[in-house]
Amino acid sequence: MSARGIKGQAVPVLFGLACLAAFFILIEFLINIGKINRFIVPLPSDVVKSFARVAVEEDLLNRFLLTAYEALMATLLLSVAGISLGVLLHRVRLIRLATETWIAALASAPLVLMYPLFLVMFGRSAWTIIMIAFVSALPPVILKTLEGLSATRPVLINVGRSFKLTPSQLYWKILFPAALPTIFVGVRLGMIFALINIVGVEFLINFGGLGQLVNELSERYDWPGAYAAIGFVILVSVMFFMGTERIERWLRPGT
Amino acid sequence: MAQAGHLTQSRAAAPLVSAVTWLRIGIIAAALLTWQAAALWGASLSKINPALSTLLSKVTPSLLVVAESLAEVLFHPDLKWPIDLGIGSWRFTQELWIPSFYWHLYVTAAEVVVATIIGGLAGIAVGIALGAKPFLSRAFERYFYYLGPTPKVVFFPILILWFGVGPESKIAMGTLSCFFPIVLSVAAGMRQIDGVLIRVGRSFRLNSWQMVTKIYLPAMRQPILNGVRLGMGVALIGTLLAETRLSNKGIGFMVTDAYNTFDMPRMYAVLVVLFAVAIGANALVARVSRR
Repeated sequence: MSARGIKGQAVPVLFGLACLAAFFILIEFLINIGKINRFIVPLPSDVVKSFARVAVEEDLLNRFLLTAYEALMATLLLSVAGISLGVLLHRVRLIRLATETWIAALASAPLVLMYPLFLVMFGRSAWTIIMIAFVSALPPVILKTLEGLSATRPVLINVGRSFKLTPSQLYWKILFPAALPTIFVGVRLGMIFALINIVGVEFLINFGGLGQLVNELSERYDWPGAYAAIGFVILVSVMFFMGTERIERWLRPGT
Repeated sequence: MAQAGHLTQSRAAAPLVSAVTWLRIGIIAAALLTWQAAALWGASLSKINPALSTLLSKVTPSLLVVAESLAEVLFHPDLKWPIDLGIGSWRFTQELWIPSFYWHLYVTAAEVVVATIIGGLAGIAVGIALGAKPFLSRAFERYFYYLGPTPKVVFFPILILWFGVGPESKIAMGTLSCFFPIVLSVAAGMRQIDGVLIRVGRSFRLNSWQMVTKIYLPAMRQPILNGVRLGMGVALIGTLLAETRLSNKGIGFMVTDAYNTFDMPRMYAVLVVLFAVAIGANALVARVSRR
């Protein structure tokens, strides 16, 4: 029974992989017979081959570490500032009523376009990138923290009250742990936004890690290398996404 | 939630101006005062600490200057004048043209709308296919799911290569950005359609096209509009970032142009109007989708 279940799962997955492979083989074929200009779309096999070259020549590891460092710093800032602002909004109802709609509105504004301002403040440095990622990813963290804290089941709070917990104990022993999964959803959302903006701004201001790699290779007209670098960026973000998703599932096993 | 809070408060006490409004006014006033104080402080430092003074004058220019730039951005018309480029007996006149903010706004808005339409139609089609056929969903949906939150702007060099340096590559960037959220939203919406509706369609022996137009699309109005709202937001960001990278028109170009000439008040003015337009458009679509 279970073997059939696994088999039933595997067929579509294999079909998907086969389609992907067939797509690349088709592209390779179309380029080889000259239907697609090879100066516009390099051969997929060349792209795969240039992975190793890009990794060695372009110091891929250090670039990756720089981007990872920027993402880490942005995440730290996001978690500290976003969660504390969320807690503040939850505790002081007046502030929440006054600013929650503002924060929600800010979430829909293209804040990343302020990056020239951060260039003026921090120069062309890693801090520009970290700060812009921080600012543009802050609203979802605040809103999700607030949502998590507000959605704590009243029965849990009543249990705390019946044990005569002080307000700070109530916060640390009941509210915060109960809200943690939702808060992590917010932090993860923030991390994804931050990573998108980090790579994007690296690409735009031609500084730092993986985003700059794509920019440099394309400006050198090294298209197999540029496609490989783009593939690598996508790969890294997908891995990151999958990893954080796994943590999220571990934090909220019920869903 | 906040609105509900408003209602209860106004019913309970109903003062002329509620505490929330006072707090909002207070926050705005404090922010503006801090800003202006920083501007004045920067101006007063010009002899003592020129570097800091310059930085402050760029980061927090006086609000009067920003307001002036804002007025210029909002009320300045297109400038057009013919110039004579003739040499000798060869006559050639060309119209020199400095377009206004609204022209750039129009360019960006048109790019975003076209991108949302292309990406939206493609996304709805793919989303319906994934939602209707569990086999396809199991085979391909993971790719859309995992590609969705990746940074799309790194594809921009390829898009320039494919579509040129004009608005086409920005439209492509916007399309690529908004495609994924719409696919995922539509596919999820498909699975939430009430089974009764689908069985009714089947019992009337509707063909696939009729199923889509008569059953699926009307039943999925909400998720589709939600997806389009999300998609339009990311399409806007994608288009604007592409414009700041390489273009000679659009709001993104205006922002980098202001930055390149170090005209920060102008940049603030453009950003303020842009944010207002973006937030307004988002609220509008949200209101339409809620109705």
